[in-house]
Amino acid sequence: MHIAIIGNGISGITAARFIRKLSDHKITVISAETDYFFSRTALMYIYMGHMRKEDTQPYENWFWEKNRIDLKRGFVEKVNHQNNELLFADGEKMPYDKLIIACGSTPNKFGWPGQDLDAVHGMYSMQDLDSMEKYSDGLKQAVIVGGGLIGIEMAEMFHSRNIPVTFLVRESSFWNGVLPAEESAMINRHIFENHIDLRLQTELKEIVDDGNGKACAAITNKGDRVECGFVGLTAGVRPNTAFLKDSGIEMERGILVNEFLATNIPNIYAIGDCAQMQNPLPGRRPVEAIWYTGRMMGETVAYNICKKKIAYDPGIWFNSAKFFEIEYQVYGTVLAKAPENHISVYWEHVDGRKSIRIVYDKNTDEIVGFNLMGVRFRHEVCEKWLREKTNVEEVLQNLAIANFDPEFYKSYEGEVLKIYNQQAGRNLIAKKKRSWSNAFSFLKP
Amino acid sequence: MKLIKNIGLALFIIALTIFVASLTLSNHTLTDTVLSENISNTYHREMIKQQAGDLMGKEFGSNIAFINSIKPVLNNSLEALDKASGIDPDNDIWNAIPEKLPEGVSENDYRMFPNTVDDYLFSLTKYSAGGLLPGNSNWFFLLSFILGALGGLMYLLPDLNLIPGIKNNQIYDSSATRGITFKTRMVFLGTTILASIFMVFFKYLLIGVLTIVAGVFIIYKIRKTNQENDVTFQKTRTVSATKGLGWIGISFGIFLILFYVALYFFPEYITNWTLMLDPISESLSGNTASRWFLYGFLYTSVMFVMGIRMLIKYRHNNYQLVRTSSVVFFQTAFAFLIPEFLLRLNQPYMDLKNAWPLDYDFFFGDSINKMYGQGAEFAIAGWATNVGTMMFIWGIVLTLVVVPFFTYYFGKRWYCSWVCGCGGLAETLGDPYRQLSDKSLTAWKYERYIIHGVLVFAIVMTGMVIYTYMTGSSNILFFDSYNVRSWYGFFIGSMFSGIVGTGFYPLMGNRVWCRFGCPLAGLMGLVQKFKSRFRITTNGGQCISCGNCSTYCEMGIDVRAYAQRGQNVVRASCVGCGICAAVCPRGVLRLENGSVDIDNRVTELKTVHVKGIDITDGVFNLEGNEI
Repeated sequence: MHIAIIGNGISGITAARFIRKLSDHKITVISAETDYFFSRTALMYIYMGHMRKEDTQPYENWFWEKNRIDLKRGFVEKVNHQNNELLFADGEKMPYDKLIIACGSTPNKFGWPGQDLDAVHGMYSMQDLDSMEKYSDGLKQAVIVGGGLIGIEMAEMFHSRNIPVTFLVRESSFWNGVLPAEESAMINRHIFENHIDLRLQTELKEIVDDGNGKACAAITNKGDRVECGFVGLTAGVRPNTAFLKDSGIEMERGILVNEFLATNIPNIYAIGDCAQMQNPLPGRRPVEAIWYTGRMMGETVAYNICKKKIAYDPGIWFNSAKFFEIEYQVYGTVLAKAPENHISVYWEHVDGRKSIRIVYDKNTDEIVGFNLMGVRFRHEVCEKWLREKTNVEEVLQNLAIANFDPEFYKSYEGEVLKIYNQQAGRNLIAKKKRSWSNAFSFLKP
Repeated sequence: MKLIKNIGLALFIIALTIFVASLTLSNHTLTDTVLSENISNTYHREMIKQQAGDLMGKEFGSNIAFINSIKPVLNNSLEALDKASGIDPDNDIWNAIPEKLPEGVSENDYRMFPNTVDDYLFSLTKYSAGGLLPGNSNWFFLLSFILGALGGLMYLLPDLNLIPGIKNNQIYDSSATRGITFKTRMVFLGTTILASIFMVFFKYLLIGVLTIVAGVFIIYKIRKTNQENDVTFQKTRTVSATKGLGWIGISFGIFLILFYVALYFFPEYITNWTLMLDPISESLSGNTASRWFLYGFLYTSVMFVMGIRMLIKYRHNNYQLVRTSSVVFFQTAFAFLIPEFLLRLNQPYMDLKNAWPLDYDFFFGDSINKMYGQGAEFAIAGWATNVGTMMFIWGIVLTLVVVPFFTYYFGKRWYCSWVCGCGGLAETLGDPYRQLSDKSLTAWKYERYIIHGVLVFAIVMTGMVIYTYMTGSSNILFFDSYNVRSWYGFFIGSMFSGIVGTGFYPLMGNRVWCRFGCPLAGLMGLVQKFKSRFRITTNGGQCISCGNCSTYCEMGIDVRAYAQRGQNVVRASCVGCGICAAVCPRGVLRLENGSVDIDNRVTELKTVHVKGIDITDGVFNLEGNEI
């Protein structure tokens, strides 16, 4: 059986790897972007000079041949499912028995005047990175539009080269659709202390052409004009499905898939950023453009093709990011606008760059979520507490076993407990100390 | 802020220039006073004076001219004394004839030997010096050592104004730290290996020719590489530069290599540096500064300044702060100050933290003799003993008990990145180069052969030396144990740990010696791999495969390969520097010790999402096969 995979990102590659673990099928991974799999999340580090391009490749080049995973560079123009065939832009055809579409996302553009000018780019692909590099030479000012994770990454990239950045964010506070107010305010402060010209509640109105088809300024909805040599469009991403139009594959925002990641067409599956769950699990969005969900879908689809039907279940929500110097981790449900029954225990360090938020249900006292800034928690421990709906007091008294900060770091679980005691009028004391042995005996009793 | 940094850099470059130039700023005159102050042996002194003839009192404009003239004089003196004592190689007479020696004088007191020649050459060059530098050595000390350190600090301290966090911006854009291509690296390595082989078998003869040939070759290669438009994306994880070659890095590497060559093989050319350090050396040990004092002082000062750089760079990370303070402390106290004080107290010289087999000459006969039964007597538990004996016992306990015990509890990091001097220099001076280590699977394979090869070599060599010490017989199988130990000293002790180990920082990363060569690291690695509580835990499914951890692993461990599988890292080579955990943007890695799962440290694959179906054996497949 020949399994073709469109897209060599984390979803497609994980699918290929697990298909190889589970079977002897012929596998072809197709990409128009690069010859080899690289970590998209590391693109910023290439620009910042932390890493070279080859350092972003998780596997050495010989790995693919050794594991009989064929790599094909090419752009799939059409999927012809009647003949089980892919049509490439150069006219080449490739037959397949099963097809996995893992073609990722493309940056959103909202019809801004000038959005297709030169020096206007998103930050998604290797080509985007090359463009940023090209326009960075002698760049005096950059404008970034859109206050999400990619926007702040792009700001950090320019900042690393001392290129001044104006950062237009539609919301009243950075990423406050996801982060609770305190954390969002912390990141606002952190953006300012990095000398980024953050403009909240400001939207892009127009990008000005310099007369040669290149962007030279951005005009905001407040009428301000910012002269610049580069405009970054980072207002989110959408599934990259343009080439599937009229293919017969059912789509809405993304490619619609059932719980087994299968599309409406037999033998065609879709995973990762480009897939849209027909019936999203409770509390989950239909399209989740997240590294981790892509990886889990890749693994799940491999089972569905090779072994047995397994429904996609991403489990307890988790995510992470880094905003300049502040690391962010989240486990479980921590909502920007907390519902009435969610109570937070929130501690923030005096330096204003670290915080711990523990969310629980006030009716049941069950733990609901962890939100961490500048502090690391142990994934499996948090997950187990969340899965077992542990009582918040039990969690807080044993919080130290979740701490994952390096050795000799000051630990703040005591402060969190103190705040809870004040809030709830309790007098609890910590039970366990931070150690691998304590965490292990909790995880594997 | 930028201005202060630039002034600091300028001062450092000025100091470095003065430091190098100071080697040429002397003239040399051999006088009776110089001879009598530096050569106490009257037979030697008279013979040298006689052989020198007209050269006595002649002023030489440079140390090179002086050495060129005086070295033959010393060699002639050696031959003349040999001849006078009846030695006649033509008739196969290799030992002195007692009747020919002056009444009551032993052969060893009468004759000169090659190492006597080296010692005399060093001290005569050093103390025959006059002119600008020797007359103002304190000023030069201030203008080179002190100004250099101040300039360095001025360059580093303004970074305190930056927001704490990972500061690796532009490492791969900088000519100083971007490294070299794979081919160029091989040229440097090949040249060094060839040169060392030639040096052993042809006694320096070919050095000049070889260096010129190698130099031409390197330049040719570098030019060619610069012409090729380097598409580095094709070559995974072996070392290659991003934008052309790092000229500053290459120059720094060559400077370090030349420094080590001079230090080990041509110390007479760097006597002016030791002249500047005489006052400090005298105040510590009471002796004048030898080349080893120069090395120790320079080593410690560099570690001190670059240690401050580490403290500033990682001031948000307590593990790095504690660890860096620890290595700098152990270098300053145990490797530098305590041995000097021991000399002052007439005790045997010893670095108490240096464990065999890194301290490869610990069991050499002369070293044992120096310790055993030497030094002040004292009573312990009713037994009279002395300092030297205690040192000997401590050295054995250190290797046999302390090293395995601590490695079991904490991993080899307790030594390699908390205590060791080699590790300490790598973690301070070498920190800007940590990303240059080769992460390929091929490099890992070579690593295991080479480091365990050196370990076996060290054990066999030491076994032979002890056998010789006990029995007095030096022939074992087909080898002479004295030859074997001098080969080890040359190839491993000097070439590998010094020239390649440190000189190659900007070329191959900062832990070349620790990763490929150090027999003690090899030994502890076995403990760490098979029976230790240490591991680097990976945090569930949080890895995004970005590769910062692998890039900044100085030991060339592909940390990401483990992290993205959610597998704990247990590797013999890991020195526990903690940088992978520090640079991880997602909080995935944590160095920790624990005994509960000691035999199952690596079995779980935390990112495998579909549980309950066992498809892997859980052990990282060395060959890179998925199955």
